[in-house]
Amino acid sequence: MNNLDYGWLGKLNWDSLVFSGFLERPSVSEAVASVAGSIVILATVGILFLLTWFKVWGTLWRDWLTSTDHKRIGIMYIVFAIVMLVRGLLEGMVMRAQQAAAPEGFLYADHFAQLFSTHGTIMVFFVAVPFLVGLINFAMPLQIGARDVAFPVLNQISLAVTVSSGILLMVSLVVGQFSTGGWSAYPPYTGADFSPGVGPDYWIWAIVFSGAGTTLTGINFTVTVYKCRGPGMHLFRMPLFCWTVLCASILMIFAMPPLSVAALMLGLDRYLDFHFFTNDLGGNMMNYANLFWLFGHPEVYLLVLPAYGIFSEVFSTYSAKTLYGYKSLVIATMCIAILSFTVWLHHFFTMGQSPTINIAFGIATMLIAVPTGVKVYDWMATMYRGRIRFTTPMVYAIGFLILFVIGGLSGVILANPTVDFQVHNTLFLVAHFHNVLIPGVLFGILAGYNYWFPKAFGFRLNDKWGKRSAYLWFAGFMVTFFPLYGAGLLGMPRRSFSYADLTFKPYMIVAFIGAMIVLAALISLVIQFIVSIRDRKKTQVPVGDPWDGRSLEWNSPAPVPAYNFVEIPKVTDRDAFTEAKEHGEAYKRPKVYRDIELPKNNPLGFILCVVSGILMFALVWYIWWLALISALTILVAVIAATFRKETEYIIPASQLEKDTEAWLALVEKSEAVSRDLEDSPRNVGLAKLEI
Amino acid sequence: MHAPRLLFILPVFLSILLIPYSASASETFLMPLGPVAEEQKVHFFWAMALTMVAVLPVFILVPVILFKYRRKKGHGFYAPKWETYGPLEVIMWGVPFLVIIVLSVMLWRATARLDPYKEIQGVVPPVKVQVVGLDWKWLFIYPELDIATVGELVVPVHTPVSMILTSDTVMQSFFISALAGQIYVMPGMTTKLNFIGTKTGDTRGENTQYTGNGFVDQNFAVKVVTDEDFEAWVKQVRTGGIVLSPENYNRLAQRNTKKQAYKVLGNSKMPENTLYFNLPGTDLFHEIVMRYHSGKPLSIEEQPGTRKFGRGEDDAEGAQP
Repeated sequence: MNNLDYGWLGKLNWDSLVFSGFLERPSVSEAVASVAGSIVILATVGILFLLTWFKVWGTLWRDWLTSTDHKRIGIMYIVFAIVMLVRGLLEGMVMRAQQAAAPEGFLYADHFAQLFSTHGTIMVFFVAVPFLVGLINFAMPLQIGARDVAFPVLNQISLAVTVSSGILLMVSLVVGQFSTGGWSAYPPYTGADFSPGVGPDYWIWAIVFSGAGTTLTGINFTVTVYKCRGPGMHLFRMPLFCWTVLCASILMIFAMPPLSVAALMLGLDRYLDFHFFTNDLGGNMMNYANLFWLFGHPEVYLLVLPAYGIFSEVFSTYSAKTLYGYKSLVIATMCIAILSFTVWLHHFFTMGQSPTINIAFGIATMLIAVPTGVKVYDWMATMYRGRIRFTTPMVYAIGFLILFVIGGLSGVILANPTVDFQVHNTLFLVAHFHNVLIPGVLFGILAGYNYWFPKAFGFRLNDKWGKRSAYLWFAGFMVTFFPLYGAGLLGMPRRSFSYADLTFKPYMIVAFIGAMIVLAALISLVIQFIVSIRDRKKTQVPVGDPWDGRSLEWNSPAPVPAYNFVEIPKVTDRDAFTEAKEHGEAYKRPKVYRDIELPKNNPLGFILCVVSGILMFALVWYIWWLALISALTILVAVIAATFRKETEYIIPASQLEKDTEAWLALVEKSEAVSRDLEDSPRNVGLAKLEI
Repeated sequence: MHAPRLLFILPVFLSILLIPYSASASETFLMPLGPVAEEQKVHFFWAMALTMVAVLPVFILVPVILFKYRRKKGHGFYAPKWETYGPLEVIMWGVPFLVIIVLSVMLWRATARLDPYKEIQGVVPPVKVQVVGLDWKWLFIYPELDIATVGELVVPVHTPVSMILTSDTVMQSFFISALAGQIYVMPGMTTKLNFIGTKTGDTRGENTQYTGNGFVDQNFAVKVVTDEDFEAWVKQVRTGGIVLSPENYNRLAQRNTKKQAYKVLGNSKMPENTLYFNLPGTDLFHEIVMRYHSGKPLSIEEQPGTRKFGRGEDDAEGAQP
């Protein structure tokens, strides 16, 4: 059938709905799919109803959907990432249940394949990336003393396309089937010949649009770090988090395009009968593998570097000590960023190239262990001769330190082509990358969430439940993934929905128990959130410095006002805020109050979110007229937006004076608490000097 | 303090799970049947041991530091501005670097020595096997013996095996852990794999690259046997085998598992879910590779592994709850 032969609804029909599968051949597998689809629909309806019931549409529109404030955009990124995290985790659990129940099991093979494809895609592109981008958005401009990121509207657009791609993935639960080709979507399996359905198209468009968003974010952050630093904030005075952000942003700029190109080429194969990666006419899937991993390996560091940055802040703050080996850490970060582009081939040592190539890439891969090792030792030295407080972020950071080196160990093992010939594509590999991404990225994200939450919302998260959650994460992670190392060494391939060899069964059962512990960890995160909101009166930190923070973001009230700083603090050294506190420069009244200009609200992001979502859906389902209209709408909306002349508004000096005087009065009358009272209601965000 | 302590006991306890508890799993390089897998195993443990030099200090020192410098009741010296110390920097960069240098030398030598393309020098000339990856089974062609099998790979002990591999569908990864490890197979292209069995015994091979619903069934028995047993087996294949004519190949190449293929092509002289063929003298392997080099587009009907190619037998697909 020719692509143009489809009617007004394209490929859409009654059978595309997930529920029709269940009605036609009822089974547990179809029931799971239908329940998942129903949850999406019910949750959407429920949220819309609640928003209407509480009459918050106006606030939502003014303060959030059209906001260009980097802090609010950051928070929206994080909310989105958390929603996707829940879905990704649940999918992981269903897969663990299936493998524990195998050889019988309850899922169809292709349903299982969709699960591992969406799980990987979601966790990488729609949890790790947006969560980190959210934290960076929130914290980085504050840390360098900026009023906003360099391009606030671009920031909005990045968020918009990321969210619309995520929504597209949610829609794929209800309409049609997702790809079964894994998160890496290797052709020719994902080509039109072998996967004629809409699945790979869902993957392609979600990746292309969210990838564009991430590239734009990278540009935005890089320019912000280079151009928007406050007075005296030299590059080598930046908090380490900002350094890692800079490196990660550079990675975003250079690593995302190969992925977008690979996905678009796959799209050309599928839509327009090109032959880039087909079996016939000279197509060659090895080119895809190269392009994909040219992105894929830097991607790993794009995720883990900002997490390293968060851990650096956490180790330093909760050890009440300056970061050990700052310059070493900066150099190590840079080394990792550069080396990350030289190792991609280790993802396919087994493709049949000469040993010389494998040796070169194997050694390059191992070299990354050097700067990474240096970082680990630097963090240990940061705690050495400190005064360590076991708060939730610190517990995550310590768990990271111990567990991450195990991932590093298996990474060095995998870097040996000889060994890789044995464990490639097995569960050993699955265990390895979860061992890197969970302690490395997820713990970093959760540490950052606990660390900066009071800055964003003005009250602390519950420490007790936070720690419970952290311990459950550790236990859950270990019980889930350590057995997979064993099963992988015994030769169990990844992505197996079943197995004939019952040797694997005990491993899978233990891993399933681990998944249940992870579920408990997720539930305790939710409990922590609810308990914290309930107790928020007792945990308020309006003065803004609950942890005796060391960098500039703690030098403002919590929650942070839209303009960040009344007067951008002048930086004279590293650990700027600690310096200020020690020299009595903190909480000083500005000499004069000056008006502040801030970017105005802009509906462009929201419009692009909706329209690009429609565009992607239309492309997936071959609804050409709709695709054309939405593409034109995007074009018109972007051009129209450039005609807006008044893009900024003024906060008058009088308003600033009123706010600041109120804050300074609060500082006056607040009690400065010692770190022993950090978790008590007396901690209102004013730290006592303890030198 | 109980909680942080728990943190360090748990991984030690749970690491026990890492140890493969059962030696009955015969499809692993931890129970090798030949020198290639044996060396891979040795290399694995060496790499782990050497990396431990850099990793162990973390396991040991982190608890010590946490204990000594904890805020409550810790008795360590407090130096909030201490941020660099030359000799320590040298150790921090130096130790991992030295470890990596040693590992790199090992990696270099092992990778060059265990190059899967390098023919193994034995006292007897190698057995040649041509491997074709299909959905979802492996076809083994013994070109010198004019036989072919599905679901069973038999090789004589102490005889090098020289494989050339391709795929007649999507990319797959051919894997015999106990003998050689894995190599990708791709349509229109060939890869090579060389190994030698030095112990008689049974193991299993499989595909590790997801290729669709029948993926988990794409495995085969591997038998390393004595020369006499090999002769006997070849005879058995010759007498039990059917001719691998183009028609039979097309039926074999359809999108189904070896179990389903056995129903179509098998007979009582073949073991269950195993197919034996005699070759009609054509160079089938070459034809399969060249299928993709005609310079003309292949329609879906002409491509094994597509749904159209295996039309009619696809109904049971996915119905495997």
